[in-house]
Amino acid sequence: MKPDARGYFGDFGGRFVPEVLAYALDELERAMTRAFDDPGFWEGYRALLASYAGRPSPLYRARRFEVGAVPMLVKREDLNHTGSHKINNTLGQALLARRMGKKRLIAETGAGQHGVATATVGARFGFPVDVYMGARDVERQAPNVALMKLLGATVHSVTSGTQTLKDATNEAFRVWAAEVEETFYVIGSVVGAHPYPYMVREFQRVIGDEARAQCLAQHGRLPSDVIACVGGGSNAIGIFTAFLEDEGVRLWGVEAAGAGLKSGHTAASLGAGSIGVLHGSRSYVLQTPEGQVIETHSISAGLDYPGVGPEHAYLKERGRVEYVNVRDDEALEAFYGFARAEGIIPALESAHALAFARRLSRDRSDNDLILVNLSGRGDKDIAHALSLQA
Amino acid sequence: MKHDATLEESILRRRPAFIPYLMAGDPDLETTQTLIEALAAQSAAAIELGVPYGDPLADGPTIAAAGQRALANGVALRDVLVLTKRVSANIPIVLFTYFNPVFRYGIEAFARDAAQAGAAGVIVPDLTLEEIEPLREQLAEHDLAMPLLVAPSTPAERAARIAERSSGFVYLVSRLGVTGANKAPNVEPLRTQIAQLRATTQLPLAAGFGISTRAHVEAVAPLVDAVIVGSALIDAYAGTLGEEAKSRVERATRAMGLSSRA
Repeated sequence: MKPDARGYFGDFGGRFVPEVLAYALDELERAMTRAFDDPGFWEGYRALLASYAGRPSPLYRARRFEVGAVPMLVKREDLNHTGSHKINNTLGQALLARRMGKKRLIAETGAGQHGVATATVGARFGFPVDVYMGARDVERQAPNVALMKLLGATVHSVTSGTQTLKDATNEAFRVWAAEVEETFYVIGSVVGAHPYPYMVREFQRVIGDEARAQCLAQHGRLPSDVIACVGGGSNAIGIFTAFLEDEGVRLWGVEAAGAGLKSGHTAASLGAGSIGVLHGSRSYVLQTPEGQVIETHSISAGLDYPGVGPEHAYLKERGRVEYVNVRDDEALEAFYGFARAEGIIPALESAHALAFARRLSRDRSDNDLILVNLSGRGDKDIAHALSLQA
Repeated sequence: MKHDATLEESILRRRPAFIPYLMAGDPDLETTQTLIEALAAQSAAAIELGVPYGDPLADGPTIAAAGQRALANGVALRDVLVLTKRVSANIPIVLFTYFNPVFRYGIEAFARDAAQAGAAGVIVPDLTLEEIEPLREQLAEHDLAMPLLVAPSTPAERAARIAERSSGFVYLVSRLGVTGANKAPNVEPLRTQIAQLRATTQLPLAAGFGISTRAHVEAVAPLVDAVIVGSALIDAYAGTLGEEAKSRVERATRAMGLSSRA
């Protein structure tokens, strides 16, 4: 479905931004609508996905990671250029920025995956790129900072607030407000003010469109269950969208419980949050009763975010997607388990989805078919994971 | 000292009027009260009273840091309403708050309690024209003004629609970007926008964002009915308390040529 004219999925979404950005969002929405109606735009996008990002990504049966006889298929977004699903979105937004005649790209990043994907398309399209990253993340994710610099981007360390993704996003919005005419803000997930949640979904839905067709072609049936991790929620929306009308397919969004849902150290916005407004849209937010956004915790920097895309809030309320959560220790176990069983190092984000897939498998039979979105590769997490295992 | 004017009257009487912005509870609520009383005595037309918020998208580093200090003191929206009640007889108080604290408080309860505290109006910088209506209705029911913002990037047709829905005054953002003294007002585009707005609205026009020196005041004040100064005042008194903060604020307003508007 499309959001309504004001950018709402049911009660969620909208456009809660300073007036200075209202025109920029109108301008973006008009340009996006024209581009989406232009077959030439999608041809160019698909050609880049094939020749540059390496799509379609394979569907792989992870036999040695399976529990009992329940087949588990993984969608290999980790094999994309730059190592995650993020490139699907940044290629689309860069094409749009070029059509709009913008001169520069800015982006927020937490773990650095979206920052790297934006720096990559900046290099490919000849845009200068400024990436905003919390000072704590700059420290924690040094390899990705080096990669962004290698690709020619400028990385700005954000020292306000909690010095993480939330504050990096605030800063990117502020910079955009100051240089709104020439700057294109490449948002990395299905969050932000309308039209971002819808636009990013349309660039990520290729994951599910491919996976659904691959499932039918290779296994002759649809999956019984589709599982994806949810931080902001772009890889999950990306794989879910193709299956929304398939009533027999159960959809599972896996949030990061951190140390546990009730521990106070969690990043599960849908599981432990309440309705609020953050970064331009109305959705679920981890916040105090007074409406102050609280600090989150997850082993996975990519899931360590106090909000979630408004379409997820809508899918939760509708009951179409079931949102569950996985703790840090369970994700770490799946990280090692998958690496050693399959020879594939998953991102810690994706490890949350894998951990839940094993949990779910215990209630499933060999007639079922579980599909997991392996949203990224885990090279970036190796030092962090080793330090936790010691 | 008592005031008995509406926000609009208070501005028009003092044209060009001065509207200072203070962050409630930075460094503490007592100092904020002292400053409000001092500024009222200097004949400020109204106070924009900031409600601390941890993710202020429209604010630069000065006001964001002031909000963090107030939050560290545990100051919440209800404390700001208590403060408002203490000072609202002296001078019109316009609450400046992001939407989420209001949303969590409850829009109806907020409008009722703000009115009970004697507030004159409410500014919510992250509600666009498309999102204002539920709050605007509630505020109107309690006779609270809701000044809306017009930015340099706002097209003329949209600016006219914003002015039409605005009350108390129209808040003109003097340049692109967020609040803060690090970037000066952009006077020429502002002049054009003011001319267009004067043709469509009778409301007072107030300019803010980046007005931080006497030169800025002298360039902008003749064009509008009021100038709004926030970050430059906070920079002047940050880190001080009570009487020390008061004398620093008075010095800053004199230096900017604002106390002469008393």
